[in-house]
Amino acid sequence: MSTNTQANGARPPAIEVRDLRKSYGEIEAVRGVDFEVARGEVFGFLGPNGAGKTTTINMLCTLANPTGGSALVAGHDVVRERDDVRRHIGLVFQDPTLDGYLTAEQNLRLHAELYGVEAAIVPARMRQVLEMVGLWERRGGEVRTFSGGMRRRLEIARGLMHSPRVLFLDEPTLGLDPQTRSSIWRYIHELRETEEITIFMTTHYMDEAELCDRIAIMDQGEIVALDTPEALKAGVGADRVRIETEDDEAAIAALGDVFGLEAGAHEDAVIFFVPSGEEFVPRLFAELGVPIKSVNVSRPTLDDVFMSYTGTTIRDAEESGPAHANRIVMQVMTGARR
Amino acid sequence: MTSTAVPAEVIRVRVPPRSFRGELRAIKTVWKREMIRFGKDRLRIVTALVQPLLFLFVLGNGLEQLSSASTHGVELKTFIYPGILCVAVLFTAMFQGASIIWDREFGFLREMMVAPVRRSSIVIGKCLGGATVASLQGAILICLAGAVDVPYEPALILGIFALQLLLAFTITAFGVMVAARMKQMQSFMGVMQMIVMPMFFISGALFPVANLPGWLAFLNRLDPLTYAVDPMRRLVFNHLDVSAAAKAALDPGVTWWGWHVPALLEAFVVLALGLVMLGVAIWEFSATE
Repeated sequence: MSTNTQANGARPPAIEVRDLRKSYGEIEAVRGVDFEVARGEVFGFLGPNGAGKTTTINMLCTLANPTGGSALVAGHDVVRERDDVRRHIGLVFQDPTLDGYLTAEQNLRLHAELYGVEAAIVPARMRQVLEMVGLWERRGGEVRTFSGGMRRRLEIARGLMHSPRVLFLDEPTLGLDPQTRSSIWRYIHELRETEEITIFMTTHYMDEAELCDRIAIMDQGEIVALDTPEALKAGVGADRVRIETEDDEAAIAALGDVFGLEAGAHEDAVIFFVPSGEEFVPRLFAELGVPIKSVNVSRPTLDDVFMSYTGTTIRDAEESGPAHANRIVMQVMTGARR
Repeated sequence: MTSTAVPAEVIRVRVPPRSFRGELRAIKTVWKREMIRFGKDRLRIVTALVQPLLFLFVLGNGLEQLSSASTHGVELKTFIYPGILCVAVLFTAMFQGASIIWDREFGFLREMMVAPVRRSSIVIGKCLGGATVASLQGAILICLAGAVDVPYEPALILGIFALQLLLAFTITAFGVMVAARMKQMQSFMGVMQMIVMPMFFISGALFPVANLPGWLAFLNRLDPLTYAVDPMRRLVFNHLDVSAAAKAALDPGVTWWGWHVPALLEAFVVLALGLVMLGVAIWEFSATE
């Protein structure tokens, strides 16, 4: 047992990570990440597939051993106090882990028994978590008859059965319809109101990352930025200008020569960042020297934050480049280990 | 509790630290799941009986016509009864062990692996669950003893039940051990063909184990199933009213270099193998990830 837990005064962070690393042979999936997650926080891990998010979450959940560094979850070391960590965390994976031949109720009951939840509290707690995810009426149904969204909601309910201090959600909304996605977000916010719980989630949906208290942007095994969504957006410090031109290459060259701006081509448009975008537009038309077909000025989004830190959009990062290679390696690794 | 009070209606749950009792509870939980699933799959209880019944009554009665001269008045189906019982248990137990592949494929294995309990508790629970299911299957065949002229004597029935329970446990452990690293049921089917069918044929389930050609006798003594079939057959023959010649021909007993292996030692061989395979299975699951 570690001595620094349960101190009522100084509340230790829910998650404390120092120089955490994981290599699979030659491949460094996670290259020394540092961060802390405060209690009660909704913390998002954002990045393209293969950025190392799942590897990091697996280390925090004691499912993978770090090759370097350390991590404390709920005050316990993920390597030396594995079982103490497991007692205090709830997990919802990308892939389903329910027994389809059992009913929803039986799945939750088995979970409670495995975790040693006192039998007398189980029925009340079960009702509470099932009602939260709107499955109380369906508790007697076999899980294999449930839709994908219902299963994911049931997984969340099960992850909460034993009142974990930290709930890990690995891509909880992946592949779900918008309605289920928004209800899952409603539970997350409800949980923060009702339970004393910290939520750690990974996502590669930008719009969902906005709903987190703080987000860490991960790219190629490293954290490239960590702050509140607002601060990250403000940190870009400029408006996003998207123009369509007759000749994108000439426009990029002219932006560099005339205004000293760095621009990039994405999806048949030129994108660059400039302070006070609206006031810049008249100058743009007057001085660029390349015919412009359309202009769009917007406040920066998290996608822009991602781009400003990694030099690429999250979608491009997934389609090409090292992250892609990394992802294939990860698929091979996980496939081999599954 | 902190000053930021949680609404009263929220039910807080506490997960106790790991303990021996907790491990026993985990074993029971995993075992219970096997029972629930078995109860839901009643069709399988019936389908799994088809093969042993075919062997016992169709093959037993059919081949009787060829062999009545050499079975010294003992019916062939009575002779093969212990063997068929063991084989029925063998197949069911093997599949019970292999069901861990499905647990892996459909994800539930992961739910068990991340629980704050030892991996060994999960493997033990799985093996005990499989053994229970397979021996329930065996129990149905035990009920049919009278139909093949094996008497319903309590000592005999109890002995048969104990032996097949032991076998069920060992084979489930074997199945889990083999399936530990497998990702697909298809690979396991290959193993069934490669290992389980030869085990069945070589074990002496369908023939007496004396006067075999040297190579077959050698393989027979290596086959774990031999050590379950033989003591069960001895038990049955001890309770039959047959001539000495029939007993010598049909129930010669397993020998090691001419030494008659006692039935108790045979049962111990099965138990020891089961424990070793359970150990390997636990090691395999503890070593992953």
